[in-house]
Amino acid sequence: MKYIYELHKTMVARNLILVYEGEFTQEITKSVLAMAERNMDAAGEDSAVKRKVFNVMVECLQNIVKHSDAMPVDDNNGKSTNLAIFIIGKQEDKYIITSGNSISNDKVQMLQERLETINSLDKDGLKELYKKIIKEGSLSEKGGAGLGFVDMARKSGQKLQFDFEPINDKVSFFSLKTTIYRNEG
Amino acid sequence: MEVINYPGTEDTPKIILDRNNGIFEISGRSLPEDSAEFYEPVLAWLEEYAKNPNPETTFIFKLEYFNTASSKLILDILSKLESISNTTVDWYFHEDDEDMEEAGCEFSELVEVPFSFKKY
Repeated sequence: MKYIYELHKTMVARNLILVYEGEFTQEITKSVLAMAERNMDAAGEDSAVKRKVFNVMVECLQNIVKHSDAMPVDDNNGKSTNLAIFIIGKQEDKYIITSGNSISNDKVQMLQERLETINSLDKDGLKELYKKIIKEGSLSEKGGAGLGFVDMARKSGQKLQFDFEPINDKVSFFSLKTTIYRNEG
Repeated sequence: MEVINYPGTEDTPKIILDRNNGIFEISGRSLPEDSAEFYEPVLAWLEEYAKNPNPETTFIFKLEYFNTASSKLILDILSKLESISNTTVDWYFHEDDEDMEEAGCEFSELVEVPFSFKKY
């Protein structure tokens, strides 16, 4: 049972207020949002900060629901699972929203280029990109507008941090971290 | 025409489209799992309404939050309104919600419909 205490200590040391690991669906998304909102309300968080955190959480969670690729699992029934992790950390001056999910290797380059493009743009550049995509784009078959990362960068006002960790020759683990400062409203 | 009256839920907005009473309003939160499917009846309703609209139409957006997939559908709704003469959009935003105010400004730059911005 010692792992419970270890996990608890890790969460406290890293200031994690919410960790969810498992299957991601719209229902789970709503539950996670409701928990995080209650947590921020209880802490008397500023409404502008609350809105930005909520905004980034939605895009992050719905990205996982729509785009996470099933990772083949070598268990007895050979079932593929679509597991991911979502973490909210809160420090004195900021909220840190982190997610991790598996994606198929053939999407890594495209994703990396898209994130690098977004990170190379300033506030006005992001606004122009947003308007260009919304005007020209149509919803993908998965119902995404291709605007999620752009919106996360705009609402947070920070660069998106990301990493790809190869799992095997089919999938990689994609981690994404967005920081929202509490004092910049 | 039939009235569209959706009560809001935690992930879908409240929508009233009532031609006889001149109420056209979308409010609350919009982050449905499938935004295209959710807004499809609204777009179909507007398509029908555009054929024989009221002399004046004021369309109210009073959104607390919308996700990016919904933003695409909001633009589709606004594009439908472009074809209805004497239409104005009342875009409401909470007084400390600069992002919602800016979102309204951006939409207003993308369509040929007059916007009036209202703080609450």
